[in-house]
Amino acid sequence: MSDLSQALSVAFHLMFSGNRELWEIVGLSLSVTLSAVAIATFLGLPAGAFLAFCRFPGRNALIVIFNAAMGLPPVVVGLLIYLLLSRSGPLGQFGILFTPKAMIVAQAFLVFPIVVALSRQVIEDLWAEYSEQLRSLGSGPLKSVGTLLWDGRFSLVTVVLAGFGRAAAEVGAIIIVGGNIDGFTRTMTTAIALETSKGDLALALGLGFVLLFIIVLVNALAWLARRTGENLAGA
Amino acid sequence: MRAPMTSLPLVLRDTGFSAGGVEILHDLSLAIAAGPPTIVLGPNGAGKSVLLRLCHGLLSPAAGEIRAGGNSPSTERTALVFQRPVMLRRTALANVAYAIGRKGARERAAALLERVGLSHLARRPARKLSGGEQQRVALARAWARDPEILFLDEPTASLDPAATRAVEDIVAEIASQGVKIVMATHDLGQARRLAGDIVFLHKGRILEHTPAEDFFAAPKTPQAAAFLRGDLLT
Repeated sequence: MSDLSQALSVAFHLMFSGNRELWEIVGLSLSVTLSAVAIATFLGLPAGAFLAFCRFPGRNALIVIFNAAMGLPPVVVGLLIYLLLSRSGPLGQFGILFTPKAMIVAQAFLVFPIVVALSRQVIEDLWAEYSEQLRSLGSGPLKSVGTLLWDGRFSLVTVVLAGFGRAAAEVGAIIIVGGNIDGFTRTMTTAIALETSKGDLALALGLGFVLLFIIVLVNALAWLARRTGENLAGA
Repeated sequence: MRAPMTSLPLVLRDTGFSAGGVEILHDLSLAIAAGPPTIVLGPNGAGKSVLLRLCHGLLSPAAGEIRAGGNSPSTERTALVFQRPVMLRRTALANVAYAIGRKGARERAAALLERVGLSHLARRPARKLSGGEQQRVALARAWARDPEILFLDEPTASLDPAATRAVEDIVAEIASQGVKIVMATHDLGQARRLAGDIVFLHKGRILEHTPAEDFFAAPKTPQAAAFLRGDLLT
């Protein structure tokens, strides 16, 4: 119990004492995670829409693969990206291993299947409801995809939040490809892992509370945006 | 003024349709011409909805053919109001503008909402409107397509009398603009109020196609006579 209360006071102290190092770590964590989620969303939504709409051989297998890939172990993904980006690897010439860029790539890889699998389901369900009406209103395939993405936007926000949660919480991938370098690739989760192994449980837990607070904040903002949008446009 | 009609007459020749191995429509032959509303009358399960979807071009016949003014039926030149229309997750105004989809759509959509008496609800989310209001949005949206033929699939089946009346008034106004109305219903009162001619459909076959007065005064088939008496047709 004393660990917990100590951690709380450490968290409080960290957040309100203007600790510059902490805010750098928070900033890096957010920029890596948000960049990864943005990339995964940008690529994943069209892929999800494609899977929802198109019928081709192997589609069902692909759906199962993406559903399964939602549970990819971050350490395994980290290791694979590490091998790809290492000096001797196929993408070694870019020299981005142990940089924030490598961390973004790894997290985007983790989030992408979540966005594809969940958006596929959202869009497919909406299509079942809309297809006859849209055809009657003369919408071609392209307009229909746009309509479904737009009308599904509130559910798709939740999809993106699921991806954000995954990326914000993971440590296994970014610690391998980022290296947890102080002041350069250290994020909240890698710092927590480090402080835990050093035995400074209070600091580790304090950082954990800061992380939780930020995740709740992001979700609250998204919820607010969603509710406002729903009231204005109806869902 | 509108361009000359190209979707009429609507002609069916030996048209059949089946789904999942079950034959729903058998050997329909029918010619629908310009003029007052044509009402497709018949009990539930007679095949009215399928008939309208075929004529609108949403389904393709399994047998025979359908020609709309010599062409294949097209969702570009005809419109359909469903029994339970799907409201897009947008405002009422955006739902109507969606069906226009070009410049000036919002102004035109606003004018159409005015004509169905919903100007005051234009900015409201369409899915939060009542059933009757949603059906009027659907009518404005179908009207926005500038159809030559407007199909209506039991548009008042789940509405109360006041909402039904509002819908019927709008349908009459659309008809007065020179749009051919083809409406399915099992409501005899509604058929009497609106029909120019009646197509009586029973178990996937057309039993009668006659002017409304003749149909109500002297039905030619025992099934139609029973339907008019209010007997339960099976």
